Amino acid sequence: MSPPARRPLKPIEPRYTATAVALHWLLAVAILGSMAVGATMTELAVSPQKLKLYNWHKWAGITILALSALRLAWRLTHRPPPLPVRVEASMPGWQRTAYHATHHAMYALFFIVPLMGWAYSSMAGFPVVWFGVLPLPDFVPVDKELAKLIKPVHGWLAYTLLALVVLHVAAALKHQFIDRDGLLARMRPGRA
Amino acid sequence: MKTLVTTLVAIAAAALLAAGPACAQTAAKLLPGSEIGFVSKQLGVPVKGGFKRFDAQIAFDPKNPAAGSVAFTIDTGSAGIGDPETDRELPKAEWFSTAKFPQARFQSSAIKSLGGGRYEVAGKLSIKGQARDVVVPVTLSAAGANHTATGAFTIKRLEFRIGDGEWADTSMVADEVQVTFKLALAGLGAP
Repeated sequence: MSPPARRPLKPIEPRYTATAVALHWLLAVAILGSMAVGATMTELAVSPQKLKLYNWHKWAGITILALSALRLAWRLTHRPPPLPVRVEASMPGWQRTAYHATHHAMYALFFIVPLMGWAYSSMAGFPVVWFGVLPLPDFVPVDKELAKLIKPVHGWLAYTLLALVVLHVAAALKHQFIDRDGLLARMRPGRA
Repeated sequence: MKTLVTTLVAIAAAALLAAGPACAQTAAKLLPGSEIGFVSKQLGVPVKGGFKRFDAQIAFDPKNPAAGSVAFTIDTGSAGIGDPETDRELPKAEWFSTAKFPQARFQSSAIKSLGGGRYEVAGKLSIKGQARDVVVPVTLSAAGANHTATGAFTIKRLEFRIGDGEWADTSMVADEVQVTFKLALAGLGAP
């Protein structure tokens, strides 16, 4: 007797381009890592460790901003593969709306969150020097009162992005393990 | 009547007091708006700070600079970079150790004119119980009836044990700290 038949994961073509896949996973690690550092550093007492983490966080943020610009340019010139017809057909209307809204909101926050952090740093009188080597311009003047107001906004927006990432991962896992439609393979690193 | 006499005496005394130093030596007065600041580098990031309270005893005549003398006292407890969390650390033992060393001092030993309103003021700088010889370049310019003295020089913070212990790591906070000043002076070289 053969074991109970499980519906096999059908490979879905076309996949995202190798560049899009690389940027997706690189940014996933960078963004979640930067969030972890961000949440940790603010809790520390003044110390060289705290200073180091703040600067790492700023370097990561600028890197995320630069890679996100590259990623957006890539996406606009290399359209992502549309949802497979049978996957899209099985999605209720609200899921399709949520799918588009989540991706658009995440892209917006990839830019807004680091830009708010950069603005906060400049306003607080700490210009950002990328990797301790490249001084970046202050695109807002030093304004310590406004900096105090901006600081929590940067945090709230980062948590909003984190909530969207959780939703995004939950949806991907649902497709992989509940719908078993193989959608995740489109973004899997390496050859499918 | 008695009140009037008292007032007149007071005015005369005030006039004498005001004239006194001018007769003896040309003593300048530090005006509000004077600034003493510093720029330190944290992981390559220039961070500006300053001292809110300081005083100076300046006897200086641009016509006879060599005879001049400049002394400063700076309240180390007034140091700040404008970040409350950091500013609370600065008076602590690792940084300025304000409880033990409430004041930093500078006393000039020689003033040399370089021409064109530029001077070199050599002297001793004492911070946190450590004294070092420094040469401070000063540019003097007239600002109406008053004068403005500006300049900048670099010190090594570890020579003064500023940022001790875990903060001695110069890859975090650079050893070189630039000290800047912009002083508004009244009565400089007045007859």
